[in-house]
Amino acid sequence: MATATATKKNTASWDPAEVKKELLAKYPAKVARKRAKQIMINEALGNETPEISANVRTTPGIITMRGCTYAGCKGVIMGPTRDIVNITHGPIGCGFYSWLTRRNQTQAPEGSENFMPYCFSTDMQDSDIIFGGEKKLERAIQEAYDLFHPKSIAVFATCPVGLIGDDIHTVTRRMKEKFGDCNVYAFSCEGYKGVSQSAGHHIANNQVFRHIVGENDEPKAGEFKINLLGEYNIGGDGFEIDRILKKCGITNIATFSGNSSYDQFASAHQADLNTVMCHRSINYVADMMETKFGIPWIKVNFIGAQATAKSLRKIAEYFGDRKLTDRVEAVIAEEMPLVEAALKEITPRTAGKTAMLFVGGSRAHHYQELFAELGMRTISAGYEFAHRDDYEGRQVIPTLEVDADSRNIEEIEVTADEKRYRPRKSDKELKALAKSGYQFKHYDGLIPDMEKGTLVIDDLNQYEAEKLVELMQPDIFCAGIKEKFSIQKLGVPMKQLHSYDSGGPYAGFKGAINFYQEIDRLVNSRVWSYMKAPWQANPQLSATFVWE
Amino acid sequence: MLLRHTPKEITERTALTINPAKTCQPIGAMYAALGIHGCLPHSHGSQGCCAYHRSTLTRHYKEPISASTSSFTEGASVFGGQANMLQAINNIFSVYDPEVIAIHTTCLSETIGDDLKQIRKKAQDEGKVPAGKTIIGANTPSYVGSHVTGFASMTKSMAMLAEPTGKKNGKVNVIPGWVEPADMEELKRMMGLIGVKYIMFPDTSGVLNGPLSGEFKMFPAGGTTVAELKSCGDSVGTLALGEWCSAEAGRWLDANCKVPCKVLDMPFGLAATDRFIEALRTIAGVTIPEEISHERGQLVDMISDMHQYLYHKKVALVGDPDQLVAMTEFLVSLDMWPTHIVTGTPGSRFEKRIREITKDLPYGVNVKAAGDMFLLHQWIKNEPVDLLIGNTYCKYIARDEDIPYVRWGFPILDRQGHQYFPTVGYKGGIRLLEKILGVLMDRLDRDAPETSFELVM
Repeated sequence: MATATATKKNTASWDPAEVKKELLAKYPAKVARKRAKQIMINEALGNETPEISANVRTTPGIITMRGCTYAGCKGVIMGPTRDIVNITHGPIGCGFYSWLTRRNQTQAPEGSENFMPYCFSTDMQDSDIIFGGEKKLERAIQEAYDLFHPKSIAVFATCPVGLIGDDIHTVTRRMKEKFGDCNVYAFSCEGYKGVSQSAGHHIANNQVFRHIVGENDEPKAGEFKINLLGEYNIGGDGFEIDRILKKCGITNIATFSGNSSYDQFASAHQADLNTVMCHRSINYVADMMETKFGIPWIKVNFIGAQATAKSLRKIAEYFGDRKLTDRVEAVIAEEMPLVEAALKEITPRTAGKTAMLFVGGSRAHHYQELFAELGMRTISAGYEFAHRDDYEGRQVIPTLEVDADSRNIEEIEVTADEKRYRPRKSDKELKALAKSGYQFKHYDGLIPDMEKGTLVIDDLNQYEAEKLVELMQPDIFCAGIKEKFSIQKLGVPMKQLHSYDSGGPYAGFKGAINFYQEIDRLVNSRVWSYMKAPWQANPQLSATFVWE
Repeated sequence: MLLRHTPKEITERTALTINPAKTCQPIGAMYAALGIHGCLPHSHGSQGCCAYHRSTLTRHYKEPISASTSSFTEGASVFGGQANMLQAINNIFSVYDPEVIAIHTTCLSETIGDDLKQIRKKAQDEGKVPAGKTIIGANTPSYVGSHVTGFASMTKSMAMLAEPTGKKNGKVNVIPGWVEPADMEELKRMMGLIGVKYIMFPDTSGVLNGPLSGEFKMFPAGGTTVAELKSCGDSVGTLALGEWCSAEAGRWLDANCKVPCKVLDMPFGLAATDRFIEALRTIAGVTIPEEISHERGQLVDMISDMHQYLYHKKVALVGDPDQLVAMTEFLVSLDMWPTHIVTGTPGSRFEKRIREITKDLPYGVNVKAAGDMFLLHQWIKNEPVDLLIGNTYCKYIARDEDIPYVRWGFPILDRQGHQYFPTVGYKGGIRLLEKILGVLMDRLDRDAPETSFELVM
C-alpha cells in the first residue's frame, strides 16, 4: 500500500465544547437551541448516561441526511423481499427511486420467484388524484396477479394516497378474498409520517408481523433454530452470517429481511430464539414475537470479528448444548487465524487513525467494533434516524415521550397465541441463565461504548459534517451516498455504510477481513496526496527553466 | 435470468406500470436549478423526495448535490406547508447563503394546494429574503408529466426572471435542455468557435463536473448567473433545443418579451447538429469557421469508414423524448434500423414525430410514449434487436437477452464518462459512434469462429 498519507499523523486536537460551539455558531437562535440538544459531548455524569435528543423533526431548510417513511418501509424493510410483488401506489417517482438502489442481495434459486429486479407502480396521474386512485390500484393488483400469480402482493402508500383518502387496506383485503391463493395487504407508509425512515420500518414490520408471521405451521427441520432480525443483506452480509451459522450447526429459520422469502417470515414463529442485529429497525418485532409465541430475544452483532465470536457464543450459551458450544468454539478457532493474519498485516498502517460514523440506526455503533479492531478511534458518531434507546440503552424506553409525530405510528396490541404460544425456557432455566449474567432484551446503546470527550450527534446535516471534518480532521468519514462527495472534495476518504459503495460483505469473519482491506485502501490511498498541482503547491517561480 | 418473469406474450395493462421509463417532475426541476450559479434547489415536500433526488443525481454525476427540503410532517400536510417553507427560507439564507433558492413543489404540496407564489410573496414581505437574493419557483406535481416536464418547468421559471430593458444585448439565448454538463460545455465551445454571443440556461457545466482539489464549494463557479437570466429578455432570439425540455421557456420569452424563439431538436447526430449550426449562422450572421466544418467532415468520415458494421442493424431505444427523436434520426442516417422505441414521458406528439422520422423504413416501427421498459423487453422478445440504447436499467434486459448495449440517457449509475465526454455536436456524434461500434464489434469478436476471427476491422 502507498505511504503517501501513511506518514500523515493525526495531529488535530480539539476541545469538544469548542467544536460544539462552532457547529452551532451560524444557526438562527431557534435552530441552535434545537441542535444543541442533539449534539452531545460524551462526558461522565456520575453513573448516568448523558441524555440526547433523538427521533425529533428535522428543521426545514437544513440539509439533512434523512429520508422518509416510505423509504424506510418499501425501501429498507420490504426491499429485500424477493417473492412478494411490491406495488407502489402513487406517482412514479417513489417507485423509481427505490428500484434496485439499496444493494440488498438475494439468492433466488433458478426457477423460483424473484421480483426484486422489477419496479411496480400505479403511476398515478392527476385524474387519479382528483377522482381517487382506488379503482386504478385494484386494476393494478389484478394485472400483477394475472401476469405473475405471486403468492403475495404488497401495496405501499405514497404521500398523496393518504391525503386523498384512498382506502388501500379495504382494496387489498377485497383482492385477497377474491384471489384466495394470494396474500394481499397494504402499508400506510406515506412519506410525511413520522420524522424519518424509522417510522417506515415500524409500519413495515407491524404489517409483516400481522399478515405473514405465523402463517406456516409446517414444521421446519433443523437444530438450534433462530431468527435473525434486522439484517438486510447489503453487499451479502447475510450470506456470510448464514455461512457461519450453518457451519456452527445453527438453523436460521428467517432473516428479517435480507435474502428473505415469504415462507421464511411465515415460519418465523417456529424459531426458539430471536437474535436482533439492528435494534432500531426491529426491536419491537422481537418483543411482539415473545409475547405472542414465547420466543425470547437477545441483541447480537455480527459486525466485527470479535463481536461475531461473542454473538455466536451468546447463541450457544442460550441453547446450553455441549455439542453446539464445542462446534461454535471450533468454528471460531478455525476462522480467527485468517482474521488475525489480516490484522497483523494491516493494523500497522491503520493504528492511531480516526474515524467518524454517521449512519443508520445501528451501524454507527456496530462499525466502531471494526475500527477498534484496526486500532482506529471513533471520535464522533451519531445516527440518522435512531431513537434515544439506541444511544442511551433500553432502560430509557419507559421514559420516552410520545409526541405528535410518533403518536400516529401504530403500536400493535399483542397477546399470546392460543395455539402457538410456547415458552422456550422454564423459569428455572431462565433464572440459571440470568444468574450467570446472561442478558435477554438488553441493549446499552452507542454512548457507553464511546470514549469520553467524543461527540455524539443525532441527525447530522451537511453543514455540520463539513465543519466537523474541518475542525476534527478525521482520517475517514462514514455516511451515505448524499454525503459521499462533499466529504471527499475536502480530501478525506468517505466510506458509504448504507450501501458499502460497491463492496461487502463486511459482516462475520470474512466480512471483517474485507472491511480491514477496504479501510486500508481508503485511508492509505495515494490519491489524497494529489489535491494540489505542483504549481499550486509552490506558486512562487524561483528560477527559470534551463534547457540542458 | 434477472427478469425471469417477463413473458413474451404482450397483454394490455391499463393500471400497472412495470419498470418505468421515466421518473417524477421534481428531480428534473432540481437538476435544472443546479444550472443556475449559486443556486440551492429546494424541495417543498416531505424529506424523502429531496433525499431520493439527491441520491439519484449523486449516483449519476458522482458529485455532491446540495438541496434542501421543507421536511413536511403529518401536521404540515394537514395545515399546509407555508410555515415550513418560510422557516426553510430563513434557515437557508442564514446557513448556506446562496444567491438563489429555486423551489419546486412535489405531489404532497400540490395535493394539499400550497400556493407557491403566495408563500414566496409572504417571504419577501416578511423580509426573509435578503437584498440582492432571488427566489424562483416551479410547480412540479409528480402526477403530471415526467422528470422531463419538471426540467422544462424550472427552465421556464428561469426565463421568467427576464427583465427586458428595451435595448437588445446582441446575444442569443440557448436553452440546451436536459443534457450532461459535458454537453453544455461542448455547446459553449462550438458557439465560441462560431463567434456567437450567447446566454445559455441552465448550465450545469462547472457545477456537476467539478475537480477534486481538497476544497468543497457548495456553490461552484459554474452556472448561469441571475444577471444573465435577467438579460435574456433583451436577446435577439432564442434557440430552444428540444421540444419537451426547452420549448416552454423559449416560447414564454417569445410571448412575453418579444424574443423570437426557434425550437430545434437537440443536436445529437449529424442532421440535428447541422440544423443547430445553420440556425446559429443565420441568427448571428456569421461565416461558419473551418474548424466546425472539419469536425463535421470527421464524423461523416467515420460513418463511411464503418458503415458495414452499422448497416441495417436493429436497435431498441428507451429514454427521454428529445434525446430519442434526435437519436432515432441519427440511427436512420447511419442506415441502422431503429425498431422499438419507448419513452415513459406521456404525449402522442412523440409517437407522431418518431413515425415521421422512420416513415421511409421498410418495416413498421414499435413506438410508445407513456410506455415502460417491461413493454420494451416484451417487444424485444418478440422481435430481437442487435443493439440496445438506454439508461443503466437496460443492463438487466441486455444481460438476459444477450444484446450489445450502449448506456446513454439518465440515469447512468454504473459507468463513467458522461460527465466529461459530450455526445452533442459533431464530436459528440463521433463519440456516440465509437460507443455503438465498440459494443457491436466486441460482439463480433466474441462470437466469431476461430477461422474468421479478424485482426483488422
